Amino acid sequence: MKYPEIAAFAKFMRQKMLDISYQSGTSTHLGGALSMAEVMATLYGKVLRFDKNNPRWEDRDRFILSKGHGVLGFYPALLAAGIISEEKFATFQTNGSDLIAHPVMNLDLGIESSNGSLGHGISMAVGIATAAKRKNVAFKTYTLVGDGETNEGSVWEAAMLAAHLQLDNLTVIVDYNRHQNDGAGKDILLIDNMAERFSAFGWHAIEVDGHNIEEIVVAFEETVFNRPKVIVAHTTKGKGVSFMENDNSWHHNRLTKNNYELAIGELNVE
Amino acid sequence: MEITLRNVKQWARLGPRGVFGLAILDVAANYPDMMVMSADLASSSGLERFKNTYPNQFLNAGIAEQNMIGVASGLAKEGFNVFASSFSPFIAMRASEQVRMNLGYMHMNVKAVAIGSGIGMGFLGNSHFGLEDVSVMRAIPGLTIVNPADCAEVVKTIKAAAEFKGPMYIRLTGTANSPIVYEDEYEFTIGKSITLRQGSDVTLIACGSMVYEALQAANMLSEQGIEAEVVNMHTIKPLDTTSVDNAIASGKPIITIEEHTTLGGLGSSVAEYMSPLERRVRHLLIGLPDAYIKTGDYQYMLKDQQLDAESLAVRIKAFVG
Repeated sequence: MKYPEIAAFAKFMRQKMLDISYQSGTSTHLGGALSMAEVMATLYGKVLRFDKNNPRWEDRDRFILSKGHGVLGFYPALLAAGIISEEKFATFQTNGSDLIAHPVMNLDLGIESSNGSLGHGISMAVGIATAAKRKNVAFKTYTLVGDGETNEGSVWEAAMLAAHLQLDNLTVIVDYNRHQNDGAGKDILLIDNMAERFSAFGWHAIEVDGHNIEEIVVAFEETVFNRPKVIVAHTTKGKGVSFMENDNSWHHNRLTKNNYELAIGELNVE
Repeated sequence: MEITLRNVKQWARLGPRGVFGLAILDVAANYPDMMVMSADLASSSGLERFKNTYPNQFLNAGIAEQNMIGVASGLAKEGFNVFASSFSPFIAMRASEQVRMNLGYMHMNVKAVAIGSGIGMGFLGNSHFGLEDVSVMRAIPGLTIVNPADCAEVVKTIKAAAEFKGPMYIRLTGTANSPIVYEDEYEFTIGKSITLRQGSDVTLIACGSMVYEALQAANMLSEQGIEAEVVNMHTIKPLDTTSVDNAIASGKPIITIEEHTTLGGLGSSVAEYMSPLERRVRHLLIGLPDAYIKTGDYQYMLKDQQLDAESLAVRIKAFVG
């Protein structure tokens, strides 16, 4: 996929996340999903190796959504990639659905793990990347972590082990939108120097504008030996919808009809 | 690893921890997909030889049990048959949410081996004891919980666990120079209890290190004219309800005996099963108190907590009357 196509992929994702959020009639995690769109579009549009007709393909790259509440940035990517159908996608948060507010492991739907509780997915990703190394197979492992999620100590346990094991087949992306449930990170638990923290733990850290597709692609394509890679994606929570950007009330909120139409309208303005 | 008198004597000297290391080393030869993890306790878990023999199948997570369980789950997801070990509270309680998400919710094929459970860690104190581990692990759906009776049964359990597909919590109780329950080969099946002694007056349902004490108590009571049936309920979950049904049908009172708090352990499991039944028998739960206990050597604590055979005999007699 070329850059404009990835941009279109991201735009499609934003539209779909607004659609199902509105259709669900419930509060959903919009802000932190909108901030993920370009990273996820790049992953599913260009970086990840997968077979949409065979989501269990053994050599596929593995993606773990460690920030499990980011499903609105995940299911639309699976839809756009052709792994899940429109019909399946439309079941979001209906009773008994496979697609709820946090991922539930379902390999046939391209969902590799169950998440929701923070600080777990990165450990599992370290295990998967270690398995690939020990079996000497080529697939790569990617996991998306929220910056708020790095409050969890287990994230740093995983970071230590990944560096110790020299997992150069593992890439962590931090969605560094500087907000979490209760507000701005600086007011809750300061995490001002994300890249330096990972560097100090022995990782190869790359900082990018998390909405600049070219920068994201270049970061993913950078080859690293004997060290795990972290892409610290500086993002804007609520990106793409002016009244949601950096307004943390949209961390988890319900779209009214008016808000939905306003938001969709903004997406359609080039 | 055949169960012979010579072997079991040797194993008993080593204790359950050392025998876990021997057993895993032995079975690994048949399981090239086995991965053994430790959280900086390989030397305390009898895993040194495994580490040296199968370096590519060993992974030390460092002192980070939460991450260890998550990593174990990632390895299991990619087809490894994973054993992850640490001291009991560090798995069952410090990493209980990792156990819940990975072994429970995702039902990953990980065997968590809790060494030094119960009060086996002696002078290291309550911080290292497995007093509440069964209560916590038992509440997690889908987890199988096994508490082997002696070192021979540790060998049986590790063999069975290597073959077993699904999450399991293996709880090792007792210490070095531990008593011997099994001197010969016997049939061991996960989920199927073993009646070790017949008796018409009371049914003693015990697990782990308490099986031997229950047998000894039964012998003492026999001299006083009380005949106790002794059941080794090595699998705490799923509970062998057929065995409990048989005990109830016989009409004898039931006494459960465990090296664990009576809140939520084997005794609770039996009580929960029996309470809605129309036909029930009296049931006494013997175990550790709802408290952190005075620490000493293992034998001192068993006596202090009235879990040694002599004390058990007195308590059983008082209940049976």
